[in-house]
Formats: sequence, structure tokens, C-alpha cells
Amino acid sequence: MAYSEKVLDHFKNPKNVGTLDKSSKTVGTGLVGAPECGDVMRLQIQVDSASGIIEDAKFKTFGCGSAIASSSLATEWLKGKSIDQALEIDNMTIVEELALPPVKIHCSVLAEDAIKGAIADYKSKNA
Amino acid sequence: MSDKRLIYLDNNATTPTDPRVVDAMLPFFHNVPGNAASRNHPFGWAAEEAVDYARDQIAKLLDADSREIIFTSGATESDNLALKGVYEMYQKKGDHIITLKTEHKAVLDSCAKIEKMGGKVTYLDVDDKGLVNLIELEKAITDKTILISIMWANNETGVIQPMKEIGEICAKHGVLFMSDATQAVGKIKTHPKELGIHLMAFTAHKMYGPKGVGALFVNRKNPRVKVTAQLDGGGHERGMRSGTLNVPGIVGFGAAAEIARNEMDADAARLSKLRDKLETALHGAMEEVYTNGSKEHRMPHVCNVSFKHVEGEGLMMTFNQEIGVSSGSACTSASLEPSYVLVAYGLGDDLAHSSIRFSLGRFTTDADIDDTIEMVTKGVNHMRDLSPIWEMYKEGVDLDAVVWSEH
Repeated sequence: MAYSEKVLDHFKNPKNVGTLDKSSKTVGTGLVGAPECGDVMRLQIQVDSASGIIEDAKFKTFGCGSAIASSSLATEWLKGKSIDQALEIDNMTIVEELALPPVKIHCSVLAEDAIKGAIADYKSKNA
Repeated sequence: MSDKRLIYLDNNATTPTDPRVVDAMLPFFHNVPGNAASRNHPFGWAAEEAVDYARDQIAKLLDADSREIIFTSGATESDNLALKGVYEMYQKKGDHIITLKTEHKAVLDSCAKIEKMGGKVTYLDVDDKGLVNLIELEKAITDKTILISIMWANNETGVIQPMKEIGEICAKHGVLFMSDATQAVGKIKTHPKELGIHLMAFTAHKMYGPKGVGALFVNRKNPRVKVTAQLDGGGHERGMRSGTLNVPGIVGFGAAAEIARNEMDADAARLSKLRDKLETALHGAMEEVYTNGSKEHRMPHVCNVSFKHVEGEGLMMTFNQEIGVSSGSACTSASLEPSYVLVAYGLGDDLAHSSIRFSLGRFTTDADIDDTIEMVTKGVNHMRDLSPIWEMYKEGVDLDAVVWSEH
């Protein structure tokens, strides 16, 4: 199976790899997937508490090239968005942007779940 | 493919055809055009003579009689013919077959078909080294058992089963012994008669011969084994396999067998050193590296290694512009399931997902292995930098205690 150019680019030069302080009140962490399934994604957002804008996003992913590309792309899209705008990111937009084949759609679903997980974590800390 | 040097370490998927084999085959496409079954003119005679010669070359490699070699299209067909052919031929005597969970799909799916046809199949577990438990095997035999089918060497791990001991159990209980020897023939000594094997499937393209031609060894005396043909037609190959013989392919198969007979000991000695160098270097360069399956009972050119907390398909992507290897089995890597073979060895799904199979071959060089060590080490480190579970592991998090969200 051949990967698209965009997947290859995100895989070779992943954007925003790293770790934010998960104990910080301004950081939300989403950890989804399971090692047994071959995919684990951790996506973190740092939110500016005054404006509610996501000012930074980081990820680490255990998985195939499509999973890594999906999470790398997600972090790029998250930066600069408000929480409400971030919640609108749909997995199918990721599929289209990366030209993922049907067997890799679950990677984009995982990325969407990770975004929602990170936001839920941030909201629960700031409720 | 580009001009840059590519490294091929997927010889268990298929081997490159040896140039000497190609040379032997070429005249049989145009210069010798006959059908080996045309008995009444020189074109047919020449083709038949070439097939007979190749059959002898293959028989010699197996220390068998040339009349015991039935040509097929490949090992998958040979496995199908052996299993279904024995079941149909001997079902009045019994309907039970015993095999292993770690067999190739060609065996497992043939067995599944036999179950649909009304037969009974026992699929035995293997231990954590990938080996059959001989006591369990003997206990599984009933008065309805007609066949035990156990592969010689596993395609994913290279683990070699105790063929002699299995042969003795089969002899003691009067059960036929079939082996899928696809990964072993031409690489190590495989003399079926010496070990009490009655049927043995193998193929040319795993031993530096061409694709599209295989064979089934069928024991001719004590006992005389018969299989019901699975293809209807002209009754070629002693009525066991109809179809015009693939003369150029068979000629290549024969040439490959002769080369293997002369060179396999030297190949095995050289490749086991290179394989050990690769394996030792990977274990030495990184933490949490595991070799899967028995190291003691293993083919000389194969190693299957798991790099914990790194996903195999992603890892392959770091070097697959330069190196060809497999993660799990090439036959199943289109699916997302981890290797059923490694799962049967007791590996957790996480380690099974982290596995890479390196299979060396006659054309593997020292430089190939040096470059592979460097690129794989770099790739694993890259993937671990990206891996959240590697980070958690390094922080001392008990990964088994984490509640993962299954999906």
C-alpha cells in the first residue's frame, strides 16, 4: 500500500511532537487507543485562560504512519482555534486532507477522539 | 524502483531467482516449445526429457524417488492437494486431522474447508518458543486420525519443529505425516523418507527458483500414499494433478534444487553468521528488544524481533524506501490484526504489533547487514521519540495498570 505525499511528509517531519505538563490547569490531555490495537495517541492542548484560545498543541503517537500523520495534522489545526472551533474538527476532514485509504480511517477517528478527550480534560479542570 | 541501492531482507516472502536458474530456463520458452505430454514428436520428447531431468534433480535434493515428485503451481496448491486429497482418499478410514495453530494459511484454510466438508480438525497450541508439545500431539490422536500436518519451519519466525520425533509418533500410531516444508527445502537438509514424512509441500520461489511452480512429495512405498486429485483434466502427474506442465518453470525448479544441494551448507553457514550479527547488534544497540521464537531450533537465515513500544508498520515506514522486510507475515499484513503466529507463541498483542521479520538470502551481503543495523536502530529511536507509551515506560508507569480505551 502506498502512502500519500502528505502522510509521508507528516511522518518524516512530524509537527509538534512533545509533552506538555499534564498537571497544569491550562493543559488538557487526551490519551486514546490501546497498545493491543496497535495505536495509542496522546494529544495535549494548552489553552490561554483569558481568551479561551488554544495557544499550543503537542502529540505523541504509537502507531502506523497514518496514525502519526493524523495526530500531527490535528495539532497543527488546533493551534489558534477556540475550544468550540476545535470541537468541530471532524475525522472525515482529516481523511480528506491526508487522502487516507479506507483501512486507515480508524486513525482519523482516533485523532478526533484525542482532540475531544483533551478538551474534556481541560474543561473538567476548569469547571 | 529507483537507482539507489535497495536491501532485500524479505527472502521468506520470496527469493530472487538465481541468474544460473534463469539461464537454464531461457531455452525452454522458445527453442524447446513442446508440451511434455505430447508423446508423438520430438518437441514433446524434448520437453518430457527436460521435465524428467528436473524431477531427478529435485528428487536428489530430497533423497527421494523421482516418481514421488508431483508438480503443482506452488506450495499453496501442494498444501491443498495434500490435505484435501488425503481427506477425500482416506475418509472411510477416518475423518480426523491434527495440525498446529501456527501453520501457514494454506494449511489452516484447507483444514477449515475440510471441516465444512464434515471432517474434524484439531489445532494444537505451541509453547512460547513456537514448538509443538509432543505429549499433547500424541494425546490428540484418536482411532479416527488419518493425518498429522506440521510445518517444517515457520515462515514468520523460522522455528523448526521436531520432525524426527513427530515422524516416530505418526509411525507408532499408523497415521500419515504431512509437512509444509516451503521454508525449509533448499535451505537445510530435508529428507522426508528418513524422518517418516509421507507428504511434503514445497515451492521453487523460496529456493531461488521461479514463481509459479511447486511440488508435492508423495511417498510411494511402505506405505504407498495416494491423494484424490483436486483438479479434473488430463490425468497428468500420475493422475494426482492435471494440467499441462510448466516446462520452463520446472526446468528452473530443477536447476535451483541442484544448486541448493551443492551450496546450501555454505549458504547456511554464512547467513547464520550474518543473522547473528544483525540480531546481536540490534539487541546491543537498544533496550527492550525481543527475539521471537526458539533461537536453538531455527532456520539459519531468519530472525523475528520485537521492538517494544514501537508499532511495526510505522517502524517499517522509517526505512522502507531502502530496506524490504515484513512486519508479521506478508500474507496477512494487509489486515490490521497482529500476527496470529506470534500471538500463538504467547506474545501480547502489543509485542506482536512491534515485530519485524528479517529473512536473509543467498544474495545478502555484509554491507547490507551493516546498513540495516544502522537504519533500523535509527528508525526505532525515531519511533520511540514519538511514542507516548515509550515515554510512560521510561517514567516508570505500569502500562498493564493503565485503563486503555479499546477501539
